[in-house]
Amino acid sequence: MSSSGILKSSLAKKYAMALTGLFLCLFLVGHLLGNLQLFIPGVEGQTAFNEYALFMTTFPLVKVLSYLTYASVLFHVVDGVVLTLQNRKARPARYAVEKGSANAGWSSRNMAVLGTIVLVFIVTHMQNFWWKMHFDKAMPTQTVNGVELKDLHTVVMNFFDPAINSMAAAAAGLYVLGMFALGFHLWHGFSSAFQSMGVRHETYTPWIERAGQAFAVLVPAAFASIPLYLFLTQA
Amino acid sequence: MNLTLKVWRQNGPQDKGHFDTHQLSDVTGDMSFLEMMDVLNDKIIREGGEPIAFDHDCREGICGMCSMFINGEAHGPGRGVTTCQLHMRSFKDGDTITIEPWRASAFPVVKDLTVDRSAFDRIIQAGGYVSVNTSGETLDANAIPVPKADADEAFNAATCIGCGACVATCKNASAMLFVSAKVSQFALLPQGQPERKRRVTRMVEQMDKEGFGNCTNTGACAVECPKGIDLTNIARMNRDFLNASVTGQ
Repeated sequence: MSSSGILKSSLAKKYAMALTGLFLCLFLVGHLLGNLQLFIPGVEGQTAFNEYALFMTTFPLVKVLSYLTYASVLFHVVDGVVLTLQNRKARPARYAVEKGSANAGWSSRNMAVLGTIVLVFIVTHMQNFWWKMHFDKAMPTQTVNGVELKDLHTVVMNFFDPAINSMAAAAAGLYVLGMFALGFHLWHGFSSAFQSMGVRHETYTPWIERAGQAFAVLVPAAFASIPLYLFLTQA
Repeated sequence: MNLTLKVWRQNGPQDKGHFDTHQLSDVTGDMSFLEMMDVLNDKIIREGGEPIAFDHDCREGICGMCSMFINGEAHGPGRGVTTCQLHMRSFKDGDTITIEPWRASAFPVVKDLTVDRSAFDRIIQAGGYVSVNTSGETLDANAIPVPKADADEAFNAATCIGCGACVATCKNASAMLFVSAKVSQFALLPQGQPERKRRVTRMVEQMDKEGFGNCTNTGACAVECPKGIDLTNIARMNRDFLNASVTGQ
């Protein structure tokens, strides 16, 4: 089979979905570990977070990883849209009565909707933090040992502080909503990626499924706990 | 029992189609669903109407002809049964039953509840076979040792009757369960090895060409499959296709 043949194949699109999805799961872990520093109180936490933010935006290997992440998100989205459109075309006439819940889980049937919510979350999230860190000239700064750091820590604190941002409650609420969508997306997506790659085994697959479900609950919950904590402690 | 039946009527592939509602009384729980359809058609004919077209053949769950999407499920509410094996005792007096054809662009409606499933035949023609030397020198299949577990698994895959419930059920109208069963039944056996890579490549290619949707691993197909074909087959096909694509063929 020619190399262009495999790229056109429905299975190749599924491999791409699976690989980019799993790579983004790794990204989530890395991003979460960084975010958890927001729980460190006082100047110590501020310094740790800002030094981490500087490292993440300047260290060459991290830069490569970040471009891979952008590419994965884009590819995952475009591939997902193409697959969804093809799937719609495969059934132009809908059933009058369809009992989807009789034979499949809710999240597995709503991956496109959940993915779209996650995408909207990512766009607003990047606008609020990533954009400011990279391009905002009015970014506050913190001086540590004579070095001036971009103070992303303060940007985050202020964003979820109702005394400074009148929309802080809504921001925290929408953040949590985004994490619910992510959780349901991962509930199906994590183990589904292994199935798409042909990784299935009588003994190990139940463990992959359990790991996926644990991942789908714990990672979004940990992410969501941060804005909730920041909002509630500053409210 | 008395039933209200909402049946899809469509006079050919180009017709828009609509639901007809029929009242049917004196249905007994021991009737199969198809026998109930026979009684309904008998009534329609006596009233001077055109009987409902539906596929059926063996009426014992092995031919794969009977289809019908009944109350939102392929082959109705039962598990591990075809429509001919579904009995009216699964329904209650006064129930409304909605009966639709398999809906997929790869399975165009011929008439009423009958759809054209020849897309499956073309997938088989593309590679779902084993080329055997018929010169009289053919090796006796029983002379080739096959591990029991592989033989069982190949047999399980081979029980697929090609009814199309997987396609009908899948929210994407994907044919992955059918194709993977037909790939697996040979991939697991020694006789299937020489053509293994070419087979999976060609069958997947044909599946895509027919316009079936993509698998999103919801698992609905395996739940509704009357023969209990499971998702292991889909994973095996994903693996084999990847291997064939990477290593050539």
